[in-house]
Amino acid sequence: MDLTLSPSEEEFRDEVRTWIEENNPGPEPEGSLDEVMSFRREWQLKLHAAGWAGISWPKEFGGRGATMIEQAIFVGEAARQEAPSPANVLGLAMGGPVVIAHGTDEQKQRYLEPILTGEEIWCQGFSEPESGSDLASLKTRAVKDGDEWVVTGQKVWTTFAQYAKWCMLVARTDPDAPKHQGLTYFLMDMEQEGVEAKPLVQITGEGEFNEVFMEEARIPEANVVGEVGNGWSVAITTLMNERAGLAFGAIAQIQNSLGRLAKLAKEVRVNGGSAADDTYYRQRIAQLHIEAETMRLNAYRGLTKTMQSGIPGPEGSLGKWQWADINQGLTELALEIEGAYAPLARGSEHAVANGAWQYGFLRSRANSIEGGTTDILKNIIAERVLGLPRLR
Amino acid sequence: MYFDLTDEQRAIKATAHDFLASRFKSARLREIAASDDGTDPAGWKEMADLGWAGLALPEEWGGQGLGIVDLAVLFEEMGYALAPSPLLSNTVAGLALSLCGSDDLRERYLRPLASGEKRGTPALWDAGSPATIGEFTLEARADGDGVVLDGEKVLVPDAAGADFFLVASGDGRRHVVDCDADGVTVTPETAIDPTRRFSSVRLDGVRVAAADSLPGAGPDYYPVFHRICVAIAAESTGIAQRTLEMAVEYAKDRQQFGRPIGAYQAVSHRCAQMLLETENARSAVYGAAWAADAEPESLPLAASMAKAYASDAGWRVPDASIQVHGGIGFTWEHDLHFFLKRGRSNAALFGDSKWHRERVADAVLG
Repeated sequence: MDLTLSPSEEEFRDEVRTWIEENNPGPEPEGSLDEVMSFRREWQLKLHAAGWAGISWPKEFGGRGATMIEQAIFVGEAARQEAPSPANVLGLAMGGPVVIAHGTDEQKQRYLEPILTGEEIWCQGFSEPESGSDLASLKTRAVKDGDEWVVTGQKVWTTFAQYAKWCMLVARTDPDAPKHQGLTYFLMDMEQEGVEAKPLVQITGEGEFNEVFMEEARIPEANVVGEVGNGWSVAITTLMNERAGLAFGAIAQIQNSLGRLAKLAKEVRVNGGSAADDTYYRQRIAQLHIEAETMRLNAYRGLTKTMQSGIPGPEGSLGKWQWADINQGLTELALEIEGAYAPLARGSEHAVANGAWQYGFLRSRANSIEGGTTDILKNIIAERVLGLPRLR
Repeated sequence: MYFDLTDEQRAIKATAHDFLASRFKSARLREIAASDDGTDPAGWKEMADLGWAGLALPEEWGGQGLGIVDLAVLFEEMGYALAPSPLLSNTVAGLALSLCGSDDLRERYLRPLASGEKRGTPALWDAGSPATIGEFTLEARADGDGVVLDGEKVLVPDAAGADFFLVASGDGRRHVVDCDADGVTVTPETAIDPTRRFSSVRLDGVRVAAADSLPGAGPDYYPVFHRICVAIAAESTGIAQRTLEMAVEYAKDRQQFGRPIGAYQAVSHRCAQMLLETENARSAVYGAAWAADAEPESLPLAASMAKAYASDAGWRVPDASIQVHGGIGFTWEHDLHFFLKRGRSNAALFGDSKWHRERVADAVLG
């Protein structure tokens, strides 16, 4: 057992740390999403120029070929220093790895470089209004027409669809096959007449997510990833890529939030002292620290198991659930500490911490829904880790 | 970065698992639980022969010279088997003598303790006191070159069959008192957990020679305390693991409304929650155990985190397991209640979760 970094890993961490310190452009602009996206595009270009875009990708495809620990170090360090997110998050974390794993040589040639530079933004067309947790029941149809596929249907919760050039689209190509077998994974050009993206306004007032409507959208045959009818297993690779490595960024982000929570507790007056002197708040803040530490250690255990056997242990499936719980718990406690001031949001002169916790409280409601609901994660853990019988 | 057991540690785990599973089947556990004094001299002798009495004690004094990670591995299995054994109390006494004793005391008490020839147990908390960690009231009155002890200790574990007590006095020191010394009266307590007994120990004018008082005091014992917190937390993790497995087995087997109850999400999600708490406890325990061996400056915080988390999980998971079992889980006939009782008892020993969370708050809030 050794919970320290090796000398070469420490060297890598120092390199990452210094580079981010010197290049971090600071907090994102508070303006429109358009401004935020162009800020992130610039950041991604910088990352790419220095060889930090696609660090997990093999070198032959323009990545850095970093080990899992190095990825964890990079993601953790970037989050710790609150570096912005790159513009093409989904292309880097999911699109590229899927093309590398399942794509043809032509596809690798065509798509990978613009993902790394951020020149082409990617989005993910999986969920549908009638197919959320039960993803394999999706109904968007793709019908063969000569050497093209014609797609009609609707996707939802499509992050950054309004900026995307390519959509990782899963559509039903064989309505008669069992539901997991009739699906195909496509790369769909978003810049065409048959595709329309409409932002969905979230409870925060922002529009990260979209609805995407497809009315006889066309996809060339050459844009099938994997085989026709093999879309489910290709999609599963994408989802696994989404979860791998995220934990370490999430942990650093939670540690930053815990630091802000401590600052808030010290500033807010309660019963003639500060909230940080109040036993009730001390207990709850301590509990959040303990849970964050168990999440960090679980992630290390999961990383060790994955490096040894290629498969994360049971603790690996717990991280996303824990992250949602802790992040929600943190923001709930912050509002509780703010007491009567909790209703005041960003824009109000009297809002505590410029309404940051109000935003966090609202945004974190999605944490137990996005990327697999906590309820579905519990089903997965019960069935796959504990071996309990399936309800269906 | 490697957060897993080594092959040697896996071997310790397998040996402990198999030995304890064969020795402490339900019938034997119940025999010991129902006995007058709760002791099992034959079982303890076998454990000592396996080297467990001195597992984490220096080889120089007859121990195995292993680390706290190894100790945690053993204690996790002790909890899994719910072994009724004085291993915990003996480990407290052993670590105290090892880390804070004089060579003379080590020769006379630690060496025989490490081999299992003599058994020690701590007598820390004072009757009628709030039993606050590190605060003792028993009087140690100077008498020539030694002291005379007067007072009553409570919550002394495994006193029956022990050879000596390590008695804490108001000045923060510890004194070795033989169990059959003049002025010592041991009275068994009635406790919720019949598999780990507690006694009260009265000391009436008990004279301790200077050589029998340990040289350290107060904060010198923190390293002992933190290591013991890790060991108890490991035991509670084993309790959680075992009762989780019992719940899962039962939920697969038990049919209601034409299906195994584990197919219902009310039950399966409860089991998922039990897994979460068990794995979190395990991570916290091994993180702290590693710190004890490799990064002692981070041990106090890590130990408090582990003890706080595992104190809660150690009784909540068995409690949830009882709920999954329904009525049968509430019967004396089923073994679950023994796990709940040990888990709850562990939660209170060496600082409860509230006390340890306050230490965490000290570290992060000042």
